[in-house]
Amino acid sequence: MPPVIRVVLAEDEVLLREGLVGLLTRFHFEVVAAVGSAPALLEAVRADEPDLLVTDIRMPPDHRDDGLRAAVTLRAGRPRLAVVVLSQYVQTEYASALLDSGDGRRVGYLLKDRVADVAEFADTLRRVVGGGTAIDPDVVRHLLHRPRDPLAALSAREREVLALLAEGHSNAAIAARLHVTEAAIGKHVGNILTKLDLPPSDDTNRRVLAVLTYLRRHGS
Amino acid sequence: MTVDEPPYLAAALRRRDYLISAWPWRALAYAVTTVPIAGVLTVALLIVVSPLLAVVGAVRQDRPLGLPIILFLAVTGIALVLLAPIVTIPVTMIERWRLGVVDPRPLPEHRPRGGLSARYTSGAAWREVVYACWLGGVIPIAYWVFAVLVLLDLTLLAGPWLAANDDRVVLVWATVDTPGQAIPYAIVGLLLVPVLWYLAGLLVAGQAAVARRLLGGPPADGAALREVTRSRARLVDAYETERRRIERDVHDGAQPRLTSLTLQLGLARLDVPDDSPAARPLAIAHEQAKDLMVTLRQIVQGIRPQNLTELGLAGAVRELAGEATIPVTVHADLARPLPVLVETTAYFVVSEALGNVARHARATRAEVRLTQAGRNLVVEVSDDGCGGADPARGTGLTGLADRVAAVDGRLLLASPAGGPTLVRVELPCRP
Repeated sequence: MPPVIRVVLAEDEVLLREGLVGLLTRFHFEVVAAVGSAPALLEAVRADEPDLLVTDIRMPPDHRDDGLRAAVTLRAGRPRLAVVVLSQYVQTEYASALLDSGDGRRVGYLLKDRVADVAEFADTLRRVVGGGTAIDPDVVRHLLHRPRDPLAALSAREREVLALLAEGHSNAAIAARLHVTEAAIGKHVGNILTKLDLPPSDDTNRRVLAVLTYLRRHGS
Repeated sequence: MTVDEPPYLAAALRRRDYLISAWPWRALAYAVTTVPIAGVLTVALLIVVSPLLAVVGAVRQDRPLGLPIILFLAVTGIALVLLAPIVTIPVTMIERWRLGVVDPRPLPEHRPRGGLSARYTSGAAWREVVYACWLGGVIPIAYWVFAVLVLLDLTLLAGPWLAANDDRVVLVWATVDTPGQAIPYAIVGLLLVPVLWYLAGLLVAGQAAVARRLLGGPPADGAALREVTRSRARLVDAYETERRRIERDVHDGAQPRLTSLTLQLGLARLDVPDDSPAARPLAIAHEQAKDLMVTLRQIVQGIRPQNLTELGLAGAVRELAGEATIPVTVHADLARPLPVLVETTAYFVVSEALGNVARHARATRAEVRLTQAGRNLVVEVSDDGCGGADPARGTGLTGLADRVAAVDGRLLLASPAGGPTLVRVELPCRP
């Protein structure tokens, strides 16, 4: 039995907040506080020192990016705190702000749609707490759609693999999704890293960060 | 027709080329056609007022008044009041049409509803009656005075010939005996011709101004026009406020509830065994709820871009640039806060302009510049594409122009064939 993950949850809509509490409890997370505004979120994290913060972006008091700003502030003083922000829609700027906080590990940026696939959502949270990075497939797709010449050198299959790589999946997970052997994926990943001039690495996380950094640097 | 052609006679009079333009001839045409109409109206007025004159004459000479004439007076007076608003209908129709000769600017028309009876309660109809009286009563006097001036000038001009035939000729104020003596007067007469041309123009312009005022109602001045634009901007502003409200309602109310519903369906699926009869319908419901989340997000995006609410204009434009199919550089220099309506308009301008670049320009890169110049927000979108953008073709540019015009801004386009293309939009920021 792995240790229980202690979570602070911030979401201003009561129904959804309760739904998320139910989901987290169902998957053996311990919700130490469930709050509805950015100031309450800051206070709860400082009081309870959780392992994971799950927060909505647009929240009171300003109803802009209050939740995200609170999360970035907290991460500055707590590099060990895992943060997953939930967004109503894709915004690459938010994903960038998060990845830039701390060392880019233990962060997740997901569309709210992802909570619908409850088991996968719970898995993602655990991966982030374990030191991983989780970027929403839609955000990755946005990054990949940006015009960049080196990406044109990739084959269709390699682009597919790159997308999954950027989302934070391991070789085994990618192989399972694409219904091919892990060895084949290993070969694809090697080709991708070579074509993009990135250092080869077997550490999934270091690889994800390299790929994301690459995509962002060559973005705008 | 050149662009700076004066729009009407009074404006043409102020120009140096008045005498060699077509306007004096237009004025003449107007004056000549005035004569028969004013003549008919004068006769009508004389018929109406002649009994009155008879009465006045009788009273002054202390003569007794006959009953018939009093009856006649009463009847014509009543008939005048009863018929005037009706008989002026054809007169004003002709006059409106004729006014176009010296003043083609559109004339607002007050057409009272409710048929002929409404003409008795309409101020516009009574103004037309006043116009008819003025045309029949005052204009002929002015024309007579002018005709006398013209005749006197003709006499001056004809002086040398008249003096050759007669011994003594009276030329307005002097008496001459020989053609030689008459020549200086003829020269004065010649010099007076352009003066008379101008005088005719002035007379007709004055007449046209009165016609315009009485037939068209109070002038639509700049103040009224400004008020109209402002109220249009207010309306657009109201729409914008409403869009924001809808976006907020959907974001705060509908979207999280739907997410919550989908989440609950997802949780329920965990506890329903795969071979249960409920498993399939539950899975379908779950999928449909997920699809609905995507649909709802797209709908909200169309109502008001959520990026704009959270990131502000510069951030939202950067997101737009990131979605483009070619590299787009964004330079934003926005020190002061912008009105919400200006922000939204600018966002859609950039969105549309980048869309046009992607569709038509065959460009390899584009640039967006946001700056504040004075009280204006200036948005510039340029690309290195093939140029030749034409507002007459396609609706992209005209749609953009409409959006910009609605907030009183202006759109400038430079797009020579072969490129590059620059779209510049200036949006005034009212405090």
